[in-house]
Amino acid sequence: MNQSNNNNLNEPQKRKYVLSRRLDRAFLELYNIYAFVARFFKEVFLPPYEFKEIIKQCYEVGVRSLPLVSVTAFIIGIVFTNQSRPSLADFGATALLPALISVAIIRAIGPLVTAIITSGRVGSSIGAEIGSMRVTEQIDAMEVSATNPFKFLVVSRVLATTFMIPALTMYTTLLALLGGYLNVHQNEQTTLITFFSQVFEAITFLDIVASSVKSVLFGFTIGMVGCYKGYNSSKGTEGVGKAANTSVVTAMFLIFVEELLVMQVINAVRGI
Amino acid sequence: MKKINPNINRDKKAIEIRGLQKAFDDFEVLKGVDLDLYQGENLVVLGRSGTGKSVLIKIISGLLKADSGIVNVLGKDVCCLTSKEMDALRLKIGFSFQNSALYDSMTVKENLEFPLVRHAKHMTQKERDDLIDVILDAVGLAQTIDQMPSELSGGQRKRIGIARTLILRPEIMLYDEPTAGLDPITCIDINNLINEVQRRFNTSSIIITHDLTCARAVGDRLVMLLDGQFQRDGTFEEVFNSEDKRVKAFYNYNFTD
Ligand SMILES: Nc1ncnc2c1ncn2[C@@H]1O[C@H](COP(=O)(O)OP(=O)(O)OP(=O)(O)O)[C@@H](O)[C@H]1O
Ligand SMILES: [Mg+2]
Repeated sequence: MNQSNNNNLNEPQKRKYVLSRRLDRAFLELYNIYAFVARFFKEVFLPPYEFKEIIKQCYEVGVRSLPLVSVTAFIIGIVFTNQSRPSLADFGATALLPALISVAIIRAIGPLVTAIITSGRVGSSIGAEIGSMRVTEQIDAMEVSATNPFKFLVVSRVLATTFMIPALTMYTTLLALLGGYLNVHQNEQTTLITFFSQVFEAITFLDIVASSVKSVLFGFTIGMVGCYKGYNSSKGTEGVGKAANTSVVTAMFLIFVEELLVMQVINAVRGI
Repeated sequence: MKKINPNINRDKKAIEIRGLQKAFDDFEVLKGVDLDLYQGENLVVLGRSGTGKSVLIKIISGLLKADSGIVNVLGKDVCCLTSKEMDALRLKIGFSFQNSALYDSMTVKENLEFPLVRHAKHMTQKERDDLIDVILDAVGLAQTIDQMPSELSGGQRKRIGIARTLILRPEIMLYDEPTAGLDPITCIDINNLINEVQRRFNTSSIIITHDLTCARAVGDRLVMLLDGQFQRDGTFEEVFNSEDKRVKAFYNYNFTD
């Protein structure tokens, strides 16, 4: 191998780069991402369907995330309420606390926190798992046994995150509101009914739709990024670690960008 | 020393390769490989590490694309198959990976079931279970059925990997270094297994190895990959009866200390 490598040094460069090596790579990567996403949308509709694997992944993403997500959401509800109180109290407006919590949690904190936490837990494990399957040739083994690894691994996982993260978001939103309620009840003695009627008065149908759309988008992003990074991970154990790591970083970055974009769109719809 | 299999059909080629070339970026790995694998034959491919042996069989099974040349497997040109045709062909090819490539999130049983569930839909669960038992017995690992791959030794993983590829009764077997890193006795077991598969199912096989004991035990014919081409072709004696320094070095490395 070394010998051939040395021989090659003297040969003229075969491959010509259109712009520069780096830029070409970047555009190639962009194209690969596009092709990967396009392949997902093609294969998700074609049989055979790997139902068993989809269910298994839904369990993995949804149920196994519950403890972490529950604790976090509940605490955030309490802390957020507690920290917001003084600024409202300055105006003697603590009665507005339920409305404030409602808007903040349902519009932004619920979907965002759920996505961030699951991208840390689920995104990295998808990246690592598929990455290690790539590195140890398990994906190749699947392919030579005439099973479509893309369908078995990628489609099932992306579907699982796309379905389960909205479900988790609903759950965490509720739990965060409950945390908020406990804090409000303790300080202002508001009843549960009053609290929740104020919560629902403060938001509109559009808010719910926007949050749902966002969380579907976040779920899709987490699954897609993890799968893409894992599926294209480079050889070696280092590649697996990198796939897990970049899955989380990239997914989080994209989640914030999407949050910003959806907010703009919703504001435009609202006519602000 | 192996007696050459009398059932080799020299008129029928399972694999025919002409002028196969493959490069990664600027690094030419295969520079015009010609190869014939006859029906029922065990062909051993020898070569130093990094000469492109694994690349060769990955091209045969369609995992990698050739840059140029003709690769004809069971009468089909692998370059130009639709993915459906490719899958149909792949069911007739068994690929035993260099590092076993067992699915490590599944038990041994689920590993063996994986191809069956998808490609032997006519079988009942009972038939599948029976077949799995038979295959596990054949590789001598019946007791591992409920274990995870991570709980197996390297040699056991290798044998399970071979069992998984055998379960669909392929017409062609591609073994990538089946005995690498194993103790001499396990090596003999695996060699026997390879010969047994050839005898029982009349499979045509390519066996990649740098272990000359294995090569001598299983090969009806040997070829040696040197500088991206097959340079020696023949029985064990014919290949090593050469003054070529590289061939000699290969032999000496195996048989002297
Ligand atoms: N996917 C790939 N991308 C880039 N280079 C590759 C790829 N696969 C193989 N190579 C290169 O091709 C050469 C041949 O690799 P191959 O795995 O076929 O070697 P081998 O003969 O099987 O060696 P060994 O006996 O160590 O398994 C190596 O130098 C390797 O770096
Ligand atoms: Mg190899």
